[in-house]
Amino acid sequence: MSARAVWRGVIELGPSSSKVSVPVKLYTAVEDKSVSFRLLHRADGVPVRQVLVNPKTKEVVEYADSERGFVTGEGELVSLDADELEALEPEPSRTIEVLRFLQPGTIEHRWYQRPYYLGPDGDDDAYFTLTAALGREKLEGVARWVMRDKEYVGALRLHHGYPMLVTLRYAEDVVPLDEVGPARDATLDDTQVAMAGQLITMLAGEFEPQTYQDEYRAAVLDLIEKKRRGSTIKRAKPRARKATSDLSAALEKSLKQETKSGAGKGAARSSGPRSGSRG
Amino acid sequence: MAKSRRTSSKRARGAGPTGSHRPLWSGTLAFGLVTLPVDLYTTTRSAGASLRMIDEDGTPLKRRYVCQRDEELLEADDIVRGYPIGDDEFVMIEDDELDALDPERSSVIDLETFVPAEDVDPSYIENTYVLVPNPDANTAYRLLVTSMAEAGRAGIATFVMRGKSYVVAIISRDGTLRAATLRYHDELRSPDDVGLPELQTADVDEVKRYEKAMARLTEDELDPAELRDRGSERLRKVAKRKLAKGRDVHTVAEDEVEPDDGPAMDIMELLRQSLGEKTVEA
Repeated sequence: MSARAVWRGVIELGPSSSKVSVPVKLYTAVEDKSVSFRLLHRADGVPVRQVLVNPKTKEVVEYADSERGFVTGEGELVSLDADELEALEPEPSRTIEVLRFLQPGTIEHRWYQRPYYLGPDGDDDAYFTLTAALGREKLEGVARWVMRDKEYVGALRLHHGYPMLVTLRYAEDVVPLDEVGPARDATLDDTQVAMAGQLITMLAGEFEPQTYQDEYRAAVLDLIEKKRRGSTIKRAKPRARKATSDLSAALEKSLKQETKSGAGKGAARSSGPRSGSRG
Repeated sequence: MAKSRRTSSKRARGAGPTGSHRPLWSGTLAFGLVTLPVDLYTTTRSAGASLRMIDEDGTPLKRRYVCQRDEELLEADDIVRGYPIGDDEFVMIEDDELDALDPERSSVIDLETFVPAEDVDPSYIENTYVLVPNPDANTAYRLLVTSMAEAGRAGIATFVMRGKSYVVAIISRDGTLRAATLRYHDELRSPDDVGLPELQTADVDEVKRYEKAMARLTEDELDPAELRDRGSERLRKVAKRKLAKGRDVHTVAEDEVEPDDGPAMDIMELLRQSLGEKTVEA
């Protein structure tokens, strides 16, 4: 069973004299499995509908009747008509232009958005060559393309050995987080830093996402079933949030506890969920 | 009565250090037996927020909900989640009922495992946030920032936020702790699910030619200019031109413009206040 491609394009890299071209199909790699709800009006249990409202008159404006405007900043707004909006759309193109390659880890986690698998589109040789080259060089590409009237930037990388494009956010959509200082000032105790480092080492493991199951998903469906049958449901009480006052003592106790629970286990732990409770 | 309690707890949550922005989640970060109260804020916004819906007079419109039965305009507190169980039949689910399913993980992110930071696979990342400590957890926060950066490791945990359970990676970067929520393994299709062909060996000379082309494009840094939203830039240019000519210009009061559904622009200020550039010792 194979999935339907969402788009077809051609990966291109290098100058025209020695250009590499790889025709590919894009397949969505994500399958959302969370329980999806409708929004209801609490008073009568009827589904709600999203509308546009003029905040001054409280009048509902149908989506089809709404226009588009751009706030220019100084309390002014410029409206644009359909022709002007169409002129803003990017030129359609099949090219996925690779702009540069980077060492893995150069792109900060905050940029990544949505992964698409790449499959071959008529030229298997080029596809398998690209896959082999990406695997040998262990580099991540930054690519740009236009898909369905929208411009995308994405990271070209391998996933389970197959090429993938992970869309990236635009620069203006990621709030800059500058270095916050002082990163290490006089109040940071060397002994505490050492103990924290030791505890991290004791808790070290591998990234193994396959070991996590969404048990909560099943619990939500179970809750729905219980409510459908009319059972009364427990409500959560807000929990007290307390900061550790004696850091050294808490770290020391944590290290002792880990030494005890880790004794005899031997092998490195995995990132999988662990039973047992915190004291 | 239940309703008024909900409202007041929401308000209390909204009163952050600057009073302007509400965290998406508030709870405790646990590292062994060390506990730190933290707030989780978004630091990204969705693209295309720059164009506004307006009416024919140029008034910015707001997105609201109406009841489908009588078109009554609703407030946030009038709305509840429902799960469909038949034609036009729903079970109402309250947020605190969802929290009660797993109170521990609804309030605690327990850093159970520390994995090499570079192993956190970007294709799993769903969303990213920044963690801001309560003032009394300031030292413990910086201790974690420092020791995780030194170890080059990210903490992995599971937690529940707004009725959904997440695997989360806590990453130390530039003096702050970031949280990246990850997709579950079964939410990411395998190459097999998609129907990709079995990998075949490629011609060695051709692979070398590709590698050469890649090497020529290899750089050390990401160029932010390549991540520019060129669509937004074109839009800004057109708007500026029309503004200069005085064409289709409308005056709007500042409070008429609904803020973006994105992060507070003062998130840095919030972090600085919280992380001791300005605070008193706890």
